[in-house]
Amino acid sequence: MALDPILLSRLQFAFVVTFHAIFPVFTIGLASYVALLQGLFVATGNTVWDRLGLFWTKIFAVVFGMGVVSGIVMAFQFGTNWSNFSQFASNFIGPMLSYEVITAFFLEAGFLGVLLFGRHRVSPSVHFFAALMVAIGTFISAFWILATNSWMQTPQGYEIREGVVHVTSWVEAIFNPSFPYRFAHMALAAFLTGGFVVCGVSAWFLLRRRDVEAHKRALSMTMWLLLILAPLQAFVGDEHGLNTLEHQPMKIAAMEGNWETQSNVPLLLFALPDRDLQANRVEIGIPNGASLILRHDVDGVVPGLKEIPVEQQQPVWIVFYSFRVMVALGLLMIACAVTGLVLRRGGKLYTRRWFLHVLQIMSISPFLAVTAGWFVTEIGRSPWLVYGVLSYADAVTPSLTGGMVLATLIGYVAVYAVIFWAGVYYLFKVVRQGLDALGEGEEVHDSDRPMRPLSATHVPFDVTTASSRS
Amino acid sequence: MEMYDLSLIWAVIIAFGVIMYVLMDGFDLGLGILFPFAPDEDARDVMMNSVAPVWDGNETWLVLGGAGLIAAFPLVYTILLPALYLGVFLMLAGLIFRGVAFEFRFKSKRTRGWWNAAFAGGSFVAAFAQGCVVGAYIQGFETADRVYTGGAFDWLTPFSVLTGIGLVVGYSLLGATWLVLKSEGHVREWARGLIPKLLVAVLAVFVVVSLWTPWIDPGVFERWFDHLQVIWLLPFAALLCAVGIYAATRRRREGLAFLLTLGLFIFTYLGLLVSRWPYVIPPDYTLWDAASAPESQFFILIGVLFVVPIILTYTAWSYWVFRGKVRVGEGYH
Repeated sequence: MALDPILLSRLQFAFVVTFHAIFPVFTIGLASYVALLQGLFVATGNTVWDRLGLFWTKIFAVVFGMGVVSGIVMAFQFGTNWSNFSQFASNFIGPMLSYEVITAFFLEAGFLGVLLFGRHRVSPSVHFFAALMVAIGTFISAFWILATNSWMQTPQGYEIREGVVHVTSWVEAIFNPSFPYRFAHMALAAFLTGGFVVCGVSAWFLLRRRDVEAHKRALSMTMWLLLILAPLQAFVGDEHGLNTLEHQPMKIAAMEGNWETQSNVPLLLFALPDRDLQANRVEIGIPNGASLILRHDVDGVVPGLKEIPVEQQQPVWIVFYSFRVMVALGLLMIACAVTGLVLRRGGKLYTRRWFLHVLQIMSISPFLAVTAGWFVTEIGRSPWLVYGVLSYADAVTPSLTGGMVLATLIGYVAVYAVIFWAGVYYLFKVVRQGLDALGEGEEVHDSDRPMRPLSATHVPFDVTTASSRS
Repeated sequence: MEMYDLSLIWAVIIAFGVIMYVLMDGFDLGLGILFPFAPDEDARDVMMNSVAPVWDGNETWLVLGGAGLIAAFPLVYTILLPALYLGVFLMLAGLIFRGVAFEFRFKSKRTRGWWNAAFAGGSFVAAFAQGCVVGAYIQGFETADRVYTGGAFDWLTPFSVLTGIGLVVGYSLLGATWLVLKSEGHVREWARGLIPKLLVAVLAVFVVVSLWTPWIDPGVFERWFDHLQVIWLLPFAALLCAVGIYAATRRRREGLAFLLTLGLFIFTYLGLLVSRWPYVIPPDYTLWDAASAPESQFFILIGVLFVVPIILTYTAWSYWVFRGKVRVGEGYH
């Protein structure tokens, strides 16, 4: 079998971007949480907020560092594997990506340093302000990236001259139809990620009865937030879906596993979509469900995949199942938040061990949901890199051979395996150290720098600290 | 907007970014290459601590250069990266490994040997790959209709291997003169002893590359042997710097030796630039052929002109705060 450079390039991009995206989605949520904690400290003067703030800032520093390292690769992928796309779209994506880089540098050179190293050098209000600016900065970074991605989904504000995109209106191109929905959906996803990780870590400490008062507060506050955010995400996700129905109907068709354009389409809970058969092998669904959700009418017409030729159809089953994984995890999150509310009566929230165990497990759910969601939106766009304008085949680097892509794919997997393992291992070390040992490790060296966020934590990489606990 | 040649402004910005990267990442990559040869673990601590507060800024310039290229000269981005596909991967893998090793070495005891190896290996691979890129760039790229049409290993030739080795020894020299400036005692004596040997190696590569380059392409030959005699001052100045490094090291003028090494790099770099100017993708495309739309160049220029002064200030501040010698056991994380 000949190696297909297009398929392998897609796999490579999916791999590097998935491993990269895990970190920023976490840092965006965590930055806001740290800002909230520091704000509470300023408002109430209660040092427990400051201690929690310090703890989560250390974790933020490590995750941010991992995000920066894995992000370097992304800046080159567009050129190495998708050079025709880069040439076609550079007049738009070039400035967008550059502004993201500029935002990040501005952030690092300015406020990140004050947040990471300025705790004892500036007043709490100034420190809070720095935390707030870092949080806003992470959103501005996400703004540029999501504007670029959204433009590739729903392009506008441009014209093509001599085979190259020319921007006719920056405002129209940046604020393209899917951008507001994608941004809101992603922002909430980042908050949910931060929230569930905080809950999981707090639960871990409560189960071990360490720093109980501080982690009770963290858990309580975060569960209130999740009670609002998780259902809100379901609403925003639904709106995002309606937007997709309008602009990318075939993506919706794949998500729903719907082949014929027709009315009274069921909401499939389970199915085996088969592209060769141009139908689903097995279907279990709620009658009229999809029509009702998408058109708010049982007789509503839902687009079907047969509208496009077979060779233009996506790998339907990946889109179909990724969508279900994302939605199922979202529903679990809502259930978790509601259960937490019920358990608040009599303070059972902090003592029911089974629930604390559930929270620990749930802390990985947002990462899975975010990944599944990106699979839906990215694979659902196939075979278009720029929807309806530029296909994968026209976008890939012409000189690329399958062997070249395979070699670097294996290489990136190997590099990331080492880096990811080291990073996650170290992260667990930092978490396990907890709040109590933070005081003595808090000296700041002259050589610590915000552009090396990992220098903000002094937790040893390979020396066991857990044994010193009582 | 029409009054200014935005492409020319951007060419200056990116050329500036590249030399900033080479000079600033150069000495810490060089330290990484010299790392396995250090006399003891104390010396390695000093080497790492001597760059800890400043090396972060270096990769800033690399990412800014990459992003700036796709925004301002997309053709360079879309021809060079496919042409250098495997080399780019090696460089990125090397940079990632050394970056992570740099952080975790400070925090580890038992696994320190592994991080040492990752730091040294990553530095060497990254430096060598960058050197090959320089060689491949001088040789030029096979293109048709604004697309790279060459093979996967076109960048790997005897000439590019030579420039790869050249950059490895060049960075090592930069690392050694930096270390002499920043250290004392046995670490400094060790680094000082390296300088003459590295200088000889650098000069050997320099001479061979200089003699070889004009024969690669008639255009380059003409540039050097036709009318622009004034450019001969560049290699001449580079050679003067080399002599100066030797003399300054002997007289223990540490700051001067380091500055002259920077000078050696700058003059060599300018020599390479004039060989191919104004071709940014030799032999076919000039910087104006490679430019993006003026409105795109202008849109991002605003942001860059805003952020570059901030980065420069931040960098200068980092160096200022951290001036002076690093002692054994000091500044330890």
